[in-house]
Amino acid sequence: MEKIIAGATVQVNDEGYLTDHHQWNREIANEIAEEEGIELTERHFEVITFIQDQYAAEVPLTIRKIGKSGIVDIKEFYQLFPNGPLKKASRIAGIPKPVSCI
Amino acid sequence: MKQLLILGAGSAGTMLLNHLSKTINAKEWQITIIDQSKLHYYQPGFLFLPFDIYSEKDVIKEGNKFIPPGCKLIQAKIEKIFPGEQTVKLEDGQEIRYDILVIATGSQIAPQEVEGMLGESWQKNIFDFYTFEGAVNLRNFLRKWNGGKMVVHITEMPIKCPVAPLEFAFLADWYFTRKGIRNKVDITYVTPLSGAFTKPIASKKLGYLLSEKSIKIVPDFAIERVDTVNKKIISYDDIQVPYDLLVTVPTNMGDEAIARSGIGDDLNFVPTNKHTLQSKTYDNIFVVGDATDIPTSKAGSVAHFEAEIVVKNILSYMKNQPLRESFDGHANCFVETGFNKAMLIDFNYDHQPTDGVFPIKGIGPLPLLKESRLPHWGKHAFKWIYWNMLLKGRKVPFISPNMSKDGKNLEEN
Ligand SMILES: Cc1cc2nc3c(=O)[nH]c(=O)nc-3n(C[C@H](O)[C@H](O)[C@H](O)COP(=O)(O)OP(=O)(O)OC[C@H]3O[C@@H](n4cnc5c(N)ncnc54)[C@H](O)[C@@H]3O)c2cc1C
Repeated sequence: MEKIIAGATVQVNDEGYLTDHHQWNREIANEIAEEEGIELTERHFEVITFIQDQYAAEVPLTIRKIGKSGIVDIKEFYQLFPNGPLKKASRIAGIPKPVSCI
Repeated sequence: MKQLLILGAGSAGTMLLNHLSKTINAKEWQITIIDQSKLHYYQPGFLFLPFDIYSEKDVIKEGNKFIPPGCKLIQAKIEKIFPGEQTVKLEDGQEIRYDILVIATGSQIAPQEVEGMLGESWQKNIFDFYTFEGAVNLRNFLRKWNGGKMVVHITEMPIKCPVAPLEFAFLADWYFTRKGIRNKVDITYVTPLSGAFTKPIASKKLGYLLSEKSIKIVPDFAIERVDTVNKKIISYDDIQVPYDLLVTVPTNMGDEAIARSGIGDDLNFVPTNKHTLQSKTYDNIFVVGDATDIPTSKAGSVAHFEAEIVVKNILSYMKNQPLRESFDGHANCFVETGFNKAMLIDFNYDHQPTDGVFPIKGIGPLPLLKESRLPHWGKHAFKWIYWNMLLKGRKVPFISPNMSKDGKNLEEN
């Protein structure tokens, strides 16, 4: 479905994840973050960039991988994106919700 | 003679060995299998050991019983694989050359991955049931336990047999009820997932069963450490769950030999083509069972389906033909729910578990995603089928390696 975020018309799914990550920009990230109750800092954007790079490289994301990224440890990741950090950070980064493993 | 070498004589390796020995040209190919263990364990039985439903003899047999004539078994620890040289080095330094390699070294628990887990409380009031030793120690503990807070916990995904911890919680509820101390035991199910299971429809059904049995659930829990002094598990966002008895499924990882060989991912699982089961990096290496990184359950049923598929691809590869057989991620699990009941789930890469009947449309006889008595007997019959049919590579009637869509009310993932 269509949604207007930060003045831009973007495509989102029913959980509010962008369906085309090319439509993402920093303003959109700020507004989604606000919906999630998070105010983004440069630190957040470092993590977001890492997540987007992983997505582009088709590496499935896990909390473990983020902890080993050298960008943040898991503790800080939870502080930056409280309650379900992987899901929240992915939504803010404009990439699909990570599928949990089976 | 050309050499086909299988690493690991667990479920996947042994099944594949038996399939191959029936189909391969024995004049051209010598098959060798290597395992560190003299014994073969029926791991699904570990679930029943702690509750005195199975005993040691149900779950252990001598491994060499399942090696077909003409095949060679080496009992040794594998040190390292050298894909460039096409050799495998054993712990004693011996090197074995191969033309085709199959990796079937499975996955193991790694309690050292969580701070505090492997301390002085390990196997005292913190247990696993994913190893034979853990399951037996837990049984001995439970025989004398008078109750308190029991926490059933999953550290992180993926784990083998992802329904086993749920089954454990259900069986614990039944066990304490039978012992007449259910009112003295508080059972909490702590999981890194957002619900009882990984797939939404099954998760709902299983979550409902948890609440029916008065088992509390703490979802979205990513463990940071175990505080053994104050007997609490603590998550990264500081949620604390107290325990008297912690039954945990530690991080599951592929074998160290995979890491030493530099051919695994961050959990030592080997990147594998999810349809052909060929290594993504080396054409003459195939990977089966829990050792792969493919996105389906790590389960004996999956190993069985994969073995039937990969044997054909290996034969094609030997003849320089394209690999035609394609695996769909089919998994089939009996979920024990206690009180002589169970629920059967059947799914693959694209379709999540739903209701319907199995294996024959309109007839069943097994209902899907519904608690009843028949699947429970199915689960116990499975032990016989495992030892007598699956390991020996005998086909189970009506059950196909790729998932049948007949008789199911399908839902995509
Ligand atoms: C508690 C529990 C309950 C389960 N319940 C079910 C169930 O109900 N249904 C189901 O389908 N599945 C179930 N499973 C999962 C099933 O047991 C596994 O998925 C299956 O055994 C995988 O087979 P595998 O051959 O890949 O690994 P394994 O059977 O674990 O075999 C790996 C083998 O490799 C050997 N090995 C590893 N590294 C080395 C080395 N360096 N040198 C020498 N040898 C080595 C090991 O000794 C072992 O024999 C359960 C598992 C557990 C733990």
